[in-house]
Amino acid sequence: MMDREHMISCITEWVPGAKAEEGTEWTTLSIPGESWPELAQRLRDEADWQMDFLFCLTCIDWKTHLTMVYHLTSTRHRHILVIKADLPADDAVIHTASHLWKTAIFHEREVFEMFGVRFSKHPDLRLLILPDGWEGRNPMKKDFEDPVNMIRM
Amino acid sequence: MFSLSGITTALHDWLSGRFSEAWVMLIEMLLAGIAVISFFAILGLVLVLMERKVSAWMQIRLGPNRVGPKGMLQSFADTLKLLVKEGMTPNGADKLLFNMAPVMAMVIAMLLMAPIAFAKDFQLWDINIGVLYISAVSSLSVISILMAGWASNNKYSLLGAMRSGAQIVSYELSAGLAILTIVVLSGSLNMNDIVMAQENGWWIFKGHIPVIIAFVIFIIAVTAETNRAPFDLAEAESELTAGFHTEYSGMKFALFFLAEYVNVFIVCAIGATLFLGGWMPFHIGNWDGFNRVMDFIPSSIWFLGKTFLLIFLIMWFRWSFPRLRIDQLLNLEWKYLLPISMVNILLVAAIAILGWHF
Amino acid sequence: MHEVLGTTTDGDLVINVGPQHPATHGVLHLVITLHGETIRKVDPHLGYIHRSIEKMCESLTYRQFIYVTSRMDYLSAHINNHACALCVEKGLQVEVPARAQYIRVLMDELTRIASHELWWGAMAMDLGAFTPFFHAFRERENINDIMEETCGARLTMNYMVPGGVMADIHPNFQKRVKSFIQLFRSKFDEYNEMVTGNIIFQNRMKGVGYLSAEDAISYGCTGPTARGSGVSCDVRKIMPYELYNQVQFDEILETGGDSFARYMVRLREMNESINIIEQVIDNIPEGDYQAKTKAVLKLPKGEFYTRVETARGELGVYIVSEGGTTPYRIKFRSPGFSNLSALDHMARGSKIGDLVAMMGTLDLVIPDIDR
Repeated sequence: MMDREHMISCITEWVPGAKAEEGTEWTTLSIPGESWPELAQRLRDEADWQMDFLFCLTCIDWKTHLTMVYHLTSTRHRHILVIKADLPADDAVIHTASHLWKTAIFHEREVFEMFGVRFSKHPDLRLLILPDGWEGRNPMKKDFEDPVNMIRM
Repeated sequence: MFSLSGITTALHDWLSGRFSEAWVMLIEMLLAGIAVISFFAILGLVLVLMERKVSAWMQIRLGPNRVGPKGMLQSFADTLKLLVKEGMTPNGADKLLFNMAPVMAMVIAMLLMAPIAFAKDFQLWDINIGVLYISAVSSLSVISILMAGWASNNKYSLLGAMRSGAQIVSYELSAGLAILTIVVLSGSLNMNDIVMAQENGWWIFKGHIPVIIAFVIFIIAVTAETNRAPFDLAEAESELTAGFHTEYSGMKFALFFLAEYVNVFIVCAIGATLFLGGWMPFHIGNWDGFNRVMDFIPSSIWFLGKTFLLIFLIMWFRWSFPRLRIDQLLNLEWKYLLPISMVNILLVAAIAILGWHF
Repeated sequence: MHEVLGTTTDGDLVINVGPQHPATHGVLHLVITLHGETIRKVDPHLGYIHRSIEKMCESLTYRQFIYVTSRMDYLSAHINNHACALCVEKGLQVEVPARAQYIRVLMDELTRIASHELWWGAMAMDLGAFTPFFHAFRERENINDIMEETCGARLTMNYMVPGGVMADIHPNFQKRVKSFIQLFRSKFDEYNEMVTGNIIFQNRMKGVGYLSAEDAISYGCTGPTARGSGVSCDVRKIMPYELYNQVQFDEILETGGDSFARYMVRLREMNESINIIEQVIDNIPEGDYQAKTKAVLKLPKGEFYTRVETARGELGVYIVSEGGTTPYRIKFRSPGFSNLSALDHMARGSKIGDLVAMMGTLDLVIPDIDR
């Protein structure tokens, strides 16, 4: 189990651009997207981290940019860490996490079709939930409109 | 004694007095055909209802109880429904084989009816190789399943048919060897002779443990041969939707359904004949008084009682066991049942030669 | 919808299991590649019951969105609602009255038993045994009756509100729950006799669908699926919510990693839930069943995440709030979605019959996977 300060100091040392968020329940850090694969590898493999369980992977559309959110925990140490990475809205690309946590295979496929984030080196980046032949528009984005099926209140 | 034996002879005598021999033969065959078909239909309806009632009883529910008194006409209603349904043939199916398969299943089941002795002197065809005939014809039933599976142009059907082929061919061996034990003991292939050999006690009581082993193997093997749970891999609905009859609908499906139940009846009738004395009442050695009392129960009741007891047993299996996997199914046959049957038949042969049975 | 699938170049058979198939318990579509009877590959195609609940919730208020989540994992609808209510309460910083906490835990555990009962029957049916289904429903019916009396509904209860529960428990509640405990205890041995001890059943389950502890963690498996592989992941233990740090219960762990281990975990969990209910049922404190909250709820700007143990595993509710009356973004981390992703890994090299057994022990609820 690691305390918040230790976690933040460690990660800011590894990733120079990392910024800690205040007032969150769990330690939350925002990192540049390019440093994610290296950080992920370290978080999983370093003995006192052992973040072996990626229990949530999702994306938030902030209209101006997208934010990838990774919720990580360790089944041994039980500490929880939230990593965020901002991506540009028009060309969202981030390295996959599926080589480290296989659960990311499915979760990244979902984010790929719902938000249009492309995951480089993903082994099988296809549509998972949307029907085959779905093109372009990503349903979970804020600017998605479907006049037939969407009901606004 | 009141029995069915009089009916056949009376009919024969009456016909012989009026027509020439060839005509008598023709009319008798026609009557037998009509009798078999109507017996078939009624049997199917009764067994379907019985299965539904037995399963309901095991599953703490009521079962059919709306059509007719206590739901007894439910099977008629279902048959009517199936009759008026459209019998569809899928695109890309081999039409001839697809339509022939259910008829074939039916015909094979009907052929099996011929040598069975339903009561004393009440038998369609008293053939001297009765048991051999049954083994030979019953192994044909796999052809109808393979035809249905292949002709449907459906992968589930094909998988089901292939499973069924492997299964029936394998279990045929054990069933044959189990039947053979009784043939060895009785010294005859004739169904009537086998029944008569059990006049002083049924084989299951007279034949020591080897016959009991043979009986158990027989029941397992015929359950597998008729594709009933826990060996219903050919139509395993949670794996292959409905296996070989996935594409069948309406009356064509009903024919398969009916053939399955008639097959169950026939294998149980054979089991009852071979191991439980057929129509022979329960006799104990030379206790004449006791045997006389038992004779008062008509032979047809004895036969049907034993058969339905075995049918109930097979239904009981179906509603209480999970299904085997294909490799486990074949392991069971080739690694356990077949070697046991082979050793068993040696034992029985020794018993028969040395005259150790009662 | 999907391309016409036939045979692959090396003679393997490609078949579609689903979206309408008796073994998938819903509209799951698996494209499986077969070599004879042996499975080469399982490729799930989802989305047949995707209602985009996450998107829907973005236009619903914090009071409204809770009830949509009943339709995710409908078998543990109550626990889904619980997770959402907890998340909203975390944002509002509302203290839930003790009575409400007790009622919530009781309902959670009853839901868990009901869900496992249904799973038990349906799984036995997948393996070809029909009768257990009806026997399981006999007991489940009692739970549904209890729910109906108190919540007014039998499956999607919608009993939660932020700050407590919607109404007080029915006067008969305690009596009926106690009689249910007795009934369950008397029938539980029957389950073992009918299914667990059956030699065919054991042969079908043992050594089938092996999932190692490392793989279970890597694939994000939770709930009984991961606990069958010996991974301790019960959220009730590792991050206790409500009463769970006050009641005595064991986290059920099996180390087999196969279908039989997962089966045993669920079966033993039913008993453990009964133990929890027994501890709680007599001690429901008097008082309010609902905290006083404003009519229109507004969560402060920020992010809130709750983890809750449903019958199928860990449900995560992630609310991103911009300070309005509706969530800006909401994410449900459903247990079934991650558990399903391990299916391909487990199924390769086994038979079609095994696939059905594996899907049975993963306890897939399709609306939970699709959301």
